[in-house]
Amino acid sequence: MTGIEAQVQQPYKYGFVTDIESDVVPAGLNEDVVRLISAKKGEPAWMVDWRLKAYRNWLKMEEPHWPNVQYGPIDYQAISYYAAPKKLPKLDSLDQVDPKLVATFEKLGIPIEEQKRLTGVAVDAVFDSVSVATTFQAELAKYGVIFCPISEAIKKHPELVQKYLGTVVPYNDNFFAALNSAVYTDGSFVYVPKGVRCPMELSTYFRINASSTGQFERTLIIADEGSYVSYLEGCSAPMRDENQLHAAVVELVALDNATIKYSTIQNWYPGDEEGKGGIYNFVTKRGKCAGKNSKISWTQVETGSAITWKYPGCILQGDNSIGEFYSVAVTSRKQQADTGTKMIHLGKNTRSTIVSKGISAGRGQNTYRGLVKIMKGAEGARNYSQCDSMLIGDQCGAHTFPYIDVRNNSAIMEHEASTSKIGEDQIFYLRQRGLSAEDAVSMIVNGFCKEVFKELPMEFAVEATRLLGISLEGSVG
Amino acid sequence: MLEIKGLRVSVAGTEILRGIDLSVRTGEVHAIMGPNGSGKSTLAQVLAGHPAYTVTAGSATYDGKDLLALKPEERAREGVFLAFQYPVEIRGITNSYFLRSAVNAVRKHRGQEELDPMDFLQVLEAKLKAIGWDDTLMNRPVNEGFSGGEKKRNEILQLAVLEPRLALLDETDSGLDIDALKTVANAVNKLRAPDRSFVIVTHYQRLLNFITPDVVHVLADGRIVKSGGPELAHELEAKGYDWLRTGAMVS
Repeated sequence: MTGIEAQVQQPYKYGFVTDIESDVVPAGLNEDVVRLISAKKGEPAWMVDWRLKAYRNWLKMEEPHWPNVQYGPIDYQAISYYAAPKKLPKLDSLDQVDPKLVATFEKLGIPIEEQKRLTGVAVDAVFDSVSVATTFQAELAKYGVIFCPISEAIKKHPELVQKYLGTVVPYNDNFFAALNSAVYTDGSFVYVPKGVRCPMELSTYFRINASSTGQFERTLIIADEGSYVSYLEGCSAPMRDENQLHAAVVELVALDNATIKYSTIQNWYPGDEEGKGGIYNFVTKRGKCAGKNSKISWTQVETGSAITWKYPGCILQGDNSIGEFYSVAVTSRKQQADTGTKMIHLGKNTRSTIVSKGISAGRGQNTYRGLVKIMKGAEGARNYSQCDSMLIGDQCGAHTFPYIDVRNNSAIMEHEASTSKIGEDQIFYLRQRGLSAEDAVSMIVNGFCKEVFKELPMEFAVEATRLLGISLEGSVG
Repeated sequence: MLEIKGLRVSVAGTEILRGIDLSVRTGEVHAIMGPNGSGKSTLAQVLAGHPAYTVTAGSATYDGKDLLALKPEERAREGVFLAFQYPVEIRGITNSYFLRSAVNAVRKHRGQEELDPMDFLQVLEAKLKAIGWDDTLMNRPVNEGFSGGEKKRNEILQLAVLEPRLALLDETDSGLDIDALKTVANAVNKLRAPDRSFVIVTHYQRLLNFITPDVVHVLADGRIVKSGGPELAHELEAKGYDWLRTGAMVS
């Protein structure tokens, strides 16, 4: 935890803007815009048809207002749905990436020049609406692993995309998923073939840069029989007074005996002290354990965004499949989060584990919302849920909404919940041992989150600890 | 080492300490005794810098420095240690990690190199050996699920590792059975040193059967009403506190 003291002095440090020439589509949304996005991506007819179908559905849908968050109306016609740096490299050629983009990701701690990467992590760097570089593609190809922007996958591997896209999150799943399906611009595609253990961590870094735009990325990960992949996702955005919309969709498919581990560190701009600006992070993430003995594990550390609305879930279809959800959600300043998971048990002997840690500071509002559903055929299903909330200060809030729906009598469910408050006495105890107030809070919070942090890959665990320190800066006097 | 003059302290508007004068020289062990509510714990907490208390008058100097002007962590780094009456629990943080962070905060302040986990383990083992304890507490989360005796033992263990110059023991004997009391007292005796002073706050005389103080003070209604040698503790044991409490009690 050394160095946190220095780190906490820094406000949001990713708030810079890259001055780069961009191709931005004028604000507004209609069928022509959907067609234009598809044309810019050079997509086949089936894709544009799918988008239009989603768009037409979206028009009939209503923005959900059941989450425990408050915000003014979003003007969907005021958003630009496509922004891309003008100078884009040709596929497969990292040398041609605009140096400004290379420098931007470098500044974010995401070097995209392969020789600079020390560890075995392959990166797909997404800047506004497009992927600007994907590293280690050739190396991964040796193992048959496909890791590329989804726009590239649509062209190069249409059979895989067509087979799986929308099978976990249908185009009409919910308002934001439908919007995403209509206008999504890029994101990552991963396919791990049968029996392959992906030799390195795969990661995507999402960066919003342009103003008045939204980011609508779509990620699709398929782990074929007996394969394993660990995927990491990070993100950040400039500090702006406006609210920007980020409506992503992530779909995971695990076939027989396959395992997908999906980790997120979400650090979108949270807005200022008064709640001005910040990202609306309205995201649909879902995994399907389609095969027997398959496993999907979600780990998320949510420190950014003005509003977070996401419930990474698992459909446990295959017998003996396992779903896991480990979450740390921090709301400080005037941030609001309504997050949790959905575990849908269909197969026999399916198991799910939920560990949620909500931390509220400042005037933050933190809601855990989780659904555990045991269907009729899910003989012998088990779930363990643990929801812990921590309050720092007296102007924040923590809320828990666990929904349990059991339709098979053989199910075993466990639910534990706790709420604690970091008190003056706890902080004083640590200060009396020589730690600064900031280090004291950091230590208490990190201890509170330990069960989740230990699920993160090493590199991310360090980053998560550091981010937590930053986002709680100034929350104790 | 510690010089307290005319110290007056309030908490939430109520005056608890009403003019304390106390002088502790290097290497001395002072016992502060007194009935419940006399302010003895307040004195320990104020010297350590608990933010709930407001000093309204008086001074406290420690090694010539204005102790009251320092933040709690600065006092700790300068060698003031408080063994808490009610040590707090910290989930998910092991005792050894916590203690190493504390040791390193002190070392950093002294301009010494910070200890890595291996180095720290060696220091820790040496300290444990010196007081004759094992390391069973070290890999458990700080105070979580500890028995009352374990919590108090853990405080003394921290004292041993952090090597303070001024150790304040706040009711370290409360809640201990006789065996645990002996264990803790023996460790404290081993930690007595010519360059280390102790201020031991206690309600009962029994701790002082095992730790012989140089000076005993009786605190009542926020003032030191009597000071003396170790024999004063025995007198209190026999007579109780009431004979020392004057006008305030009669009314």
